[in-house]
Amino acid sequence: MQVGKPILYSYFRSSCSWRVRIALALKNMDYEMITINLTKDGGQQFSEEFQALNPMKQVPALKIDGITIGQSLAIIEYLEETRPTPRLLPQDPKKRAHVRMISHLLASGIQPLQNLSVLKQVGQENQLTWAQRAISSGFNALEQILQGTAGKYCVGDEVSMADLCLAPQVANADRFKVDLTPYPTISRINKVTAGLEAFQVSHPCRQPDTPPELRA
Amino acid sequence: MKPVSQQPLGFRILHRSPRCHPGPRSQGLSQGREVQVGSRRGASCLPDSALASSGQAAQSTRASSPQFSEEFQALNPMKQVPALKIDGITIGQSLAIIEYLEETRPTPRLLPQDPKKRAHVRMISHLLASGIQPLQNLSVLKQVGQENQLTWAQRAISSGFNALEQILQGTAGKYCVGDEVSMADLCLAPQVANADRFKVDLTPYPTISRINKVTAGLEAFQVSHPCRQPDTPPELRA
Repeated sequence: MQVGKPILYSYFRSSCSWRVRIALALKNMDYEMITINLTKDGGQQFSEEFQALNPMKQVPALKIDGITIGQSLAIIEYLEETRPTPRLLPQDPKKRAHVRMISHLLASGIQPLQNLSVLKQVGQENQLTWAQRAISSGFNALEQILQGTAGKYCVGDEVSMADLCLAPQVANADRFKVDLTPYPTISRINKVTAGLEAFQVSHPCRQPDTPPELRA
Repeated sequence: MKPVSQQPLGFRILHRSPRCHPGPRSQGLSQGREVQVGSRRGASCLPDSALASSGQAAQSTRASSPQFSEEFQALNPMKQVPALKIDGITIGQSLAIIEYLEETRPTPRLLPQDPKKRAHVRMISHLLASGIQPLQNLSVLKQVGQENQLTWAQRAISSGFNALEQILQGTAGKYCVGDEVSMADLCLAPQVANADRFKVDLTPYPTISRINKVTAGLEAFQVSHPCRQPDTPPELRA
């Protein structure tokens, strides 16, 4: 039983929030957004109010069906299980394993190593090199994996959770000036998904909290 | 398929889970269903525990070459353990492996039936597997430099455990989520072991400590412990 619309706590530029925004758009779900600025006021995610809601002090968090879920992939899997169409995971268990493997490579193997919190710790002079290394290292592996799994999208010919994880990471790669020439499959898939409406409406440049200078 | 003795990647040890009974399935381990499990440390423990919990017979293959060898990289481009070769595919990423095991060998369960509880299990699992472990794994610690390693690791773990302890107030029963062992508990045990290793004070985390103590008493967690693996160095062996 749903009481009111789901509420997504999001920051325009957060990769993890973007994944969930794409999922909600693909599922054609109506929701409210409360924006959490990760840099203003020392980071709004550290407020007592937000911490009570999501002890991880991170976005995204989704309030839905009476519970609050943190961790983007946990959110997406919940959406998939409770609103199963359109699908974000294939039916076949082996293909599902490939989707999850790619999603986790991106969400555990790359993104956490170059997120805001870690980059603060490595220090400003090291940030670019650190981020580039994390992304290149992960993309080297992913490009190879995609040789075996990709069709039109990361796994076969249907959009999946893997594609939702890929698009924000490619945007980060651009942001950190990672050369994408060694990753033709990643680039091709990203180009295709960039043309999909769900990916467009959820893009960081089109959010309620997008600063004017970055707005599309 | 090559005979077992000619298989690459070092020696093979037949790893029988406590609940696997000899029979037609296990007799054909050099043909039929070949299952390789990566080495002992960290994230590799998770599929071991999952396999043990589900009563699977598995073959452990020690990577006699390092993870950066061409051979291993061809098997798993991520150049990481664990990797599981099963049913004709190879899967990397421990949670992807565990979810596959759950979907194809559904009993006993590693995820509850209720979607909201499943969301809690995944949230906790991902907090551990994305939010803490990658920030203090071997590869990252090498990059931060030896003099910074301890502080870095402690910070990653404490920060994550602060959040987890709070989350568990709302989800935990006997285990991380309710009263059944789940994927969340499989992720927790190795991280507590790492916390000990990096001398993180666990006093602020009584729920984490309690759950870890309970799971440490379960057979599946014991047989998969780093101190009982084929590649455990003698000085660390239980």
